[in-house]
Amino acid sequence: METLSIYAPKLVINREYIASGHRACSGCGEVLAVRYVCKALGRNTIISNATGCMEIISTPLPETAWEVPWIHTLFENTSAVASGIESGLKALKRKHGYIKEVKVVAMGGDGATADIGLQSLSGAMERGHDFLYVCYDNEAYMNTGIQRSSATPFGASTTTAPAGKVSMGQHTQKKNMAAIAAAHGIPYVATSCSSYPFDIMSKVEKAMKVKGPSYINILSVCPTGWRCASNLTIKLGRLAVETGIFPMYEIENGKYTLNIDLPKLRPVEDYLKLQGRFRHLDKDKTAEIQEKVLDEYNKVKRLAAGNKAK
Amino acid sequence: MTSKRIGIESSLAIAEAVRLANVDVIAAYPITPQTHIVEGLAEMVANGHLDAEYIPVESEHSAMSSCLGSSAVGARTFTATASQGLILMHEVLLVAASLHLPIVMVVANRALSGPLNIWGDHSDAMVTRDSGWIQIFVENGQQAFDQVLCAFRIAEHQDVLLPTIINVDGFHISHVIEPMYFLDQKAVDGFLPPYKHPHALDPDKPVTMGCFAMPNLYTESRKALDTSLRESKKVILDTWQKFGGMTGRYYNEVETYKSENAETLLITMGSYSENAMEAVDKMQSEGRKVGLVRIRLWRPFPYTALLEAVSGAKNIIVLDRAMSLGGPPPVCSEIRSALYPQAKRPQVVSVVGGLGGRDISPDDFEKLIDIGLGRIKFGDTAETIMFGVRE
Repeated sequence: METLSIYAPKLVINREYIASGHRACSGCGEVLAVRYVCKALGRNTIISNATGCMEIISTPLPETAWEVPWIHTLFENTSAVASGIESGLKALKRKHGYIKEVKVVAMGGDGATADIGLQSLSGAMERGHDFLYVCYDNEAYMNTGIQRSSATPFGASTTTAPAGKVSMGQHTQKKNMAAIAAAHGIPYVATSCSSYPFDIMSKVEKAMKVKGPSYINILSVCPTGWRCASNLTIKLGRLAVETGIFPMYEIENGKYTLNIDLPKLRPVEDYLKLQGRFRHLDKDKTAEIQEKVLDEYNKVKRLAAGNKAK
Repeated sequence: MTSKRIGIESSLAIAEAVRLANVDVIAAYPITPQTHIVEGLAEMVANGHLDAEYIPVESEHSAMSSCLGSSAVGARTFTATASQGLILMHEVLLVAASLHLPIVMVVANRALSGPLNIWGDHSDAMVTRDSGWIQIFVENGQQAFDQVLCAFRIAEHQDVLLPTIINVDGFHISHVIEPMYFLDQKAVDGFLPPYKHPHALDPDKPVTMGCFAMPNLYTESRKALDTSLRESKKVILDTWQKFGGMTGRYYNEVETYKSENAETLLITMGSYSENAMEAVDKMQSEGRKVGLVRIRLWRPFPYTALLEAVSGAKNIIVLDRAMSLGGPPPVCSEIRSALYPQAKRPQVVSVVGGLGGRDISPDDFEKLIDIGLGRIKFGDTAETIMFGVRE
């Protein structure tokens, strides 16, 4: 009988830092993303979490799903709280013999990141605190009932920008948070998606190795808000990447790398047609989205190619 | 132990107290009339006279939010603000109290917009009244220096663990150079034990801070916080006793000035009390039975001490340096509600004055007392008097 070797390039630790039993909806891509983020972070982590779904599903007093030290205070201040944690630990190390190596992480949804918390995030990045910011981006205020945010994509119907006889729903383009983070000149920025666990984990590991602020924007599928079947979470995340709607890339010290560069992108329709939030879109609007997606995708591609040329 | 008497601006004396407390983190944003305090601290950090992390945040909201983070990992934390800055922080203040994070903050009290006004009154402090913080008023720079040191000991005491505000009148205290006594490092170290939060954020002992509460537990959480705040008084009084023993400067929740045998008592908070004292001196020398009561501890409210202080009086005139637009002013309504259950109640007149930095001189205080007594004489005490207002 032949002897065999095991080739296992991708190993995942079994230890969970966000315990099962939390109250997330079935098919929640956000809690999936956070689960992988936490696996990559490991135990020596302090998390500052913004108000939103994640806090509500994981910490109904007197219960908690968190197995790492975790603090929630308000909606718009999670980066400022993380700034204080990081500075506090620095002072404790310098003055009071504190020896632990602790990773400081701030987390929030797209509303907490791109809207109400943008100022405190910008401040913390500008000041250069050594922390990772994770935005689990499900493209609307899902916790309060699917209201539009500045990260809601063009054409989506939400409860505060609903499609109607004279409205197509969201008429603005999704705010580009990765570019905003990168404009602060921070050492590491990346985008990822809840359907790509290894990508999330490797990016978190990378982010934690840099000194200074890092930012990861994780597209997190929300069946409740996107109005899709809860068994489509993984598929939709992949389609977001395969259509080019959500390119996965890294910006390391200003240099772009496109992590998944498919020879041919799928038509955006494959992604849009599975979601109720886009159901009202006609052919013209779909074509408009298609054009914009290719435009944006090619921009990232050119930025990445520019790096290679150098 | 105590320095010789030196002349210094109160804001810089406050910074010196913070330095002596060997604070670990300062997160602050500039706002008049507080800025000299944090400028002083920034300079100390820049020159290596204070080993601390100074976080130059982008707003007061982030200042207090950063304070939450640093206090939650067990670092001694200080900030200072005023006016609009304090009310921008307001949302965060409530969380600091509910999470039991013993942050110490000096507020250089200032009027609120609008119209914009950078000068002193107590409008900002009154907005913060119900936030769950321990709140103390001072009357001069020496008291500010002393109370900042006391505040760390009170806030961080294991039986308290509550954030604490020292209210310092903007300009009238913050910018005044006055003679005062400092303490040396050894004395402060003996007075102020190191800060240790019993449930700090720590990977070796993970805790979850800031859960949400359903209707079945929210009431209990609020009751618990209220109880902690009320019971903090024991530590507050004990700390002031200890401080008095060390320095000879004793403080109390309610302090009186020549109030024995007074038929009429003026009640004040903050720096204007000193002008009121001069008025009392003069009126007493003229045979008038007038005295003064000053409220030092605003939260937890000193019901018993207040009732005791006013027990012999027939008339009370309460000066508020803030309004409650459309309702009775805050200090007076507190005093009226404290007195209401008493079988024998003095007459109470409410006066609002000293808004937006308008002075009330000793002469003005005499007038103010006479106007108040006039109202009592004619049984006309329902309406608040707006002292000195031009109509």
